[in-house]
Amino acid sequence: MKIKDIQEEIVDEFSMFDDWMQRYEYIIDLGKNLPLIKDEAKTDNNLIKGCQSKVWLQGEQNDDKVVFTADSDAILTKGIIAILIRTFSNQSPADILAADMDFIDEIGLKEHLSPTRANGLVSMIKNIKMYALAFDAKK
Amino acid sequence: MLDIQKIRADFPILSETVNGKPLVYFDNGATSQKPQIVIDAISKYYQEINANIHRGVHTLSQLATDAYEISRGKVQNHINAQFSHEVLFTSGTTFGINLVANGFASILKPGDEVLVSSLEHHSNIVPWQMLCEKTGATLKVIPMNDKGELIMAEYDKLLSDKTKIVTVNHISNALGTLNPIKYMIDKAHEVGAAILIDGAQAVPHLKPDVQALDCDFYVFSGHKMCGPTGTGILYGKEAWLNKLPPYQGGGEMIKEVTFEKTTYAELPHKFEAGTPNIAGGIVLGTAIDYMNEVGFDNIQQQELELLEYGTKRLLEIEGLRIIGTATEKTSVISFNIEGIHPYDIGTIIDKLGIAVRTGHHCAQPIMNFFNIPGTIRASFSFYNTKEEVDALVEAVKRAQMMLS
Repeated sequence: MKIKDIQEEIVDEFSMFDDWMQRYEYIIDLGKNLPLIKDEAKTDNNLIKGCQSKVWLQGEQNDDKVVFTADSDAILTKGIIAILIRTFSNQSPADILAADMDFIDEIGLKEHLSPTRANGLVSMIKNIKMYALAFDAKK
Repeated sequence: MLDIQKIRADFPILSETVNGKPLVYFDNGATSQKPQIVIDAISKYYQEINANIHRGVHTLSQLATDAYEISRGKVQNHINAQFSHEVLFTSGTTFGINLVANGFASILKPGDEVLVSSLEHHSNIVPWQMLCEKTGATLKVIPMNDKGELIMAEYDKLLSDKTKIVTVNHISNALGTLNPIKYMIDKAHEVGAAILIDGAQAVPHLKPDVQALDCDFYVFSGHKMCGPTGTGILYGKEAWLNKLPPYQGGGEMIKEVTFEKTTYAELPHKFEAGTPNIAGGIVLGTAIDYMNEVGFDNIQQQELELLEYGTKRLLEIEGLRIIGTATEKTSVISFNIEGIHPYDIGTIIDKLGIAVRTGHHCAQPIMNFFNIPGTIRASFSFYNTKEEVDALVEAVKRAQMMLS
């Protein structure tokens, strides 16, 4: 699936909920299916700075695609990173770099996009794009 | 007894809603809300007497200067400083600490020691680390116990003739611990060291008497005590302020300037370079008047009731642990819930209209000491109610249900 299609799918899923409570419960559920980073990869290098909670993220190259795994010590953060990984994992570096993030607004998480927001969503996106950039340069 | 509903009516923001719920504001440790009289005083200044101070001969400038100096006098009375020129207007606590730390760069030598407590906010750690790097002095840390109280026996041992300055907060922002500063001041003086008290978290709850305390420096912010942001006070004993070099050069702080040599103005102007936050300085006086009118006895009684009630109610929640259980503490409850990250709780209860602080509270060494990523901090003010505490407890329970 293309990034744009996955994003539309996520927007559709979130449009079923009428209130924040259901949205947050769904985010918590998504977090439970997060492709977990290996324990030995939970290094300082893979720790994303700028988060109130701890977030580890690793990107690995699989043929021409980037595969992401992650973990966090906070449940909501885990859900948010799960949404990002569902969007960007198994995509080509070029597609990841070209993707826009408007869907975050559409699923009602815009408040998390502020650069000072403690969950570091902005830092997570930046790190994902950095992996794509690094793998893209290796081609 | 305070008529809380009457007090609450003074604060327009308290009747706002957040995320569709009535606002419950328990982030008073970060900044307090402002009463209408303070909000109005800011407009009034700009509408009626706005002019630059200490400069013009015209009437407006004189009116603004008078108002600013009257406010300095109010602060002097409030903290019982001996002279009004010992009261310096600053932009806040952080600026005051940096001014003193910077001044000590001309006093410290390699081998000298700076004592800082383990309960400090980053703003009372980093300027001293920078000072030590600059001068070759050593930073020593006064340890705390598991209740979040500084260990006085250890403090006594750390003091020596090498100690040049001690710095400690009056009340801890992260845990609410009320420190035994009178004892610490006397002990510092016994070895000939100066001592700075960070009163940022104390002035919303009590009236410090700097002469009775005999501290060398006392710093605080206006915005935590119903005043405007960007205001603060550095109290310093006259002898110390004369001894320290100016912090910033500019207008107002000079006596005479030639390209060969500049002589500095008298206190307090020596430390007040440039056009200050005139409106803020004047309105800080209004805020102090307001708090005195409410009365610090009343404030303390209300806050103590909230602390006791809040502690009791929160402890009813299964798995809840309070961090910071000092015998002497003020209306701050820092807590965690077993198995749940403070960030998760904070995010959920925000949606329920409850404003608390989550995270390390700019005091990472304290979090490291307790081996936790952070806490949820509810800090109460005199305008808060037991019903609001109940709302917090219900919100935390609901978040706990969602998250476990």
